[in-house]
Amino acid sequence: MQLHQLQPGERAVIAHVQSEQALSQRLTALGFRPGKQIHVIRQALFNGPLHVRIGSTDVIIRLNDAKAIYLSPIQPFAENHAL
Amino acid sequence: MKRIALLGMPNTGKSTLFNRLSGASARVGNWPGITVDLMSAKILVGGHIAELIDLPGLYDLHGFSDDEQVVRHFLSQHTIDLALIVLNSVQIDRQLSLALQIRALGLPTVLLLNMADEAKRAQINIDTDKMREHLGMPVLAISAKYGASCPEALTLAAQVMAQHAPIAAAQIAEKLAEDHHIEQAMDTIITQSVSMPVQLNDETTDRIDRVLLHPIFGLPLFFASIFLLFQFIFSVGAPLQAGMAWLFDNLRSQWLEPALAHLPSWLNGLLLDGLYTGVSTVAAFVPIIVLFFLVMSMVEDSGYLSRAAFLMDALMAKMGLDGRGFVMVLMGFGCNVPALMGTRVMRSRPMRLLTMLVIPLSLCSARLQVFLFMIAILFAPAKAALVMFSLYMVSFFTIFLTAILFKHRYQSHEPFVLELPPYRFPTPRQIWLRGWQEVKHFLQRASKFIVIGVLMVWLLTHLPMGATPASAQTWAGSIGHFFAPVLDPIGIDTQLAIALIFGFVAKEIVVGSLAVIYGLQGDALSQQIALNIDWVQGMSFMLFTLIYTPCLSTIATLRTEAKSQAFMWLSLAWSLTLAWIVSFMFYQTARLLGY
Ligand SMILES: Nc1nc2c(ncn2[C@@H]2O[C@H](COP(=O)(O)OP(=O)(O)OP(=O)(O)O)[C@@H](O)[C@H]2O)c(=O)[nH]1
Repeated sequence: MQLHQLQPGERAVIAHVQSEQALSQRLTALGFRPGKQIHVIRQALFNGPLHVRIGSTDVIIRLNDAKAIYLSPIQPFAENHAL
Repeated sequence: MKRIALLGMPNTGKSTLFNRLSGASARVGNWPGITVDLMSAKILVGGHIAELIDLPGLYDLHGFSDDEQVVRHFLSQHTIDLALIVLNSVQIDRQLSLALQIRALGLPTVLLLNMADEAKRAQINIDTDKMREHLGMPVLAISAKYGASCPEALTLAAQVMAQHAPIAAAQIAEKLAEDHHIEQAMDTIITQSVSMPVQLNDETTDRIDRVLLHPIFGLPLFFASIFLLFQFIFSVGAPLQAGMAWLFDNLRSQWLEPALAHLPSWLNGLLLDGLYTGVSTVAAFVPIIVLFFLVMSMVEDSGYLSRAAFLMDALMAKMGLDGRGFVMVLMGFGCNVPALMGTRVMRSRPMRLLTMLVIPLSLCSARLQVFLFMIAILFAPAKAALVMFSLYMVSFFTIFLTAILFKHRYQSHEPFVLELPPYRFPTPRQIWLRGWQEVKHFLQRASKFIVIGVLMVWLLTHLPMGATPASAQTWAGSIGHFFAPVLDPIGIDTQLAIALIFGFVAKEIVVGSLAVIYGLQGDALSQQIALNIDWVQGMSFMLFTLIYTPCLSTIATLRTEAKSQAFMWLSLAWSLTLAWIVSFMFYQTARLLGY
């Protein structure tokens, strides 16, 4: 599953990031790293960008760029200890 | 002289700290990418003068955008005695990577954990002693906005500089070329010295966002708040401006006229009807401009602009732009020049060019002056706000139209990933600094452009000797006659044409030159203009003013930022053409409809 498939309100854990170098560097610097929990807060109108929260950072990202982020579901156990 | 560089990710408070340490007023805003150029100031550190440099924020030492390259270029060209690394403590779990990258360069460093106030509120505990051990560099928690621990930061800086020799730039350049893996190191340090709540949320920001980013009402709310802000500026500023005009008028009749009465009449005319009338008519707008920038700085600092980027991105994407482009356009409402420079955060050249093509169409504060002036003359007070608002709408319309027409020429695949900062409110000090900055900027322009401009207008409208001032026999008259074939169809007469021509230099001159052309000031000037042109002509004049080239500074900035003369000419030609077409359509339609 990729980030663009996540619905507002849903959470998941980042599995890996796969894109051209510049974008993946920027994503890493913004905190998109494997193992981190990600929470989709909302999506803008007209199929606009996603507003996601990752650790202490809020980020807006277009659906097309969200495809670079591969997710795995949250393990029930990990839920309390994520981050 | 020692050289100290401020380094850090965007929006971590580098400029705020720079202002705090140097007493300068670099631009501060709650928007990642406010600083795109180098700022420097002299400060006293440990008894020696040192040069403090504010660099653009960067996510990564190996980043690809233009502003990140500015930093890399700087580091590899200049020897630095100390790097002051500024991080946002709240986001330390990811921002520490940059500190590690900088440490790997071998520069003498001090790590400043900024926004200690916000970290405390978010219940983030950072053990600075442990962190210092791990990193092997001094670490200090500060709050640049409120000044906490800033003097200590300077003391630390002095100590480190006394202990370490600077590293030659060539050595840094070499290291910049290498890549480093620091993720693991970062995780170790964070787990050992930082304790953070699992899920961070700023309750207040979340609550405000639920309203302002509402899926349906978000956009209408955004436009409504812009309208209200302008309404506010207008209703508070207009009486202020009228008061200033009255003051300047009285100053002239009570003091200046008697004092200058003995001068030869041409010199008296040049000084009073030329210089004084021109400059004071423009200066009457200072309060409204200051007010405008105070409001603007509050909006910029609040974090609402990044929300605007979120709300508008889908629409902007249809025009080949993105949400950041929209924010640049909003910043262009203040002044087009910094907005153009702000496009450096974009990495893809086509998108940057397209954004730079539309920015000069945004209704900047200098044009606002012209409109306030004309609207007060030609429309009833009840209609004024509506006319003003419609001009802003026309500005948006021309921007969208231009983007749609040119988007195929400038196709791009720029990723859109942007940080959303929490809402922040500027301190009175920050607001005051910004307002003062704008007044200074205005006075600088006034002393150069406006004085020369109004004097030239006076000469054009009074030479050759013996001609009736501002009549067809003067040089100004001949110029007007020359342009008549293009300007008659859009209802612009000789007087307005002269004002437009000087408006090329800067829009601030337009109002001043109208005053000089008519040789009148204050109410007398307004009445004369109202006699000479009707509202249809006035509107056509305003539309033209809105769309054609904003000023020489904008053109010069376009050229240097685009690094292309052809692009500059394209922008010039397009805006002139569009201005003429829009004015023509408006003027002819209004006349056809019998107005
Ligand atoms: N609460 C709090 N806010 C701060 C502090 N320092 C800066 N800010 C705010 O953080 C925002 C960003 O500050 P800037 O100084 O523009 O940041 P910058 O690092 O220069 O940003 P760029 O120019 O984008 O690189 C502004 O809204 C500041 O008012 C602080 O110590 N505490």
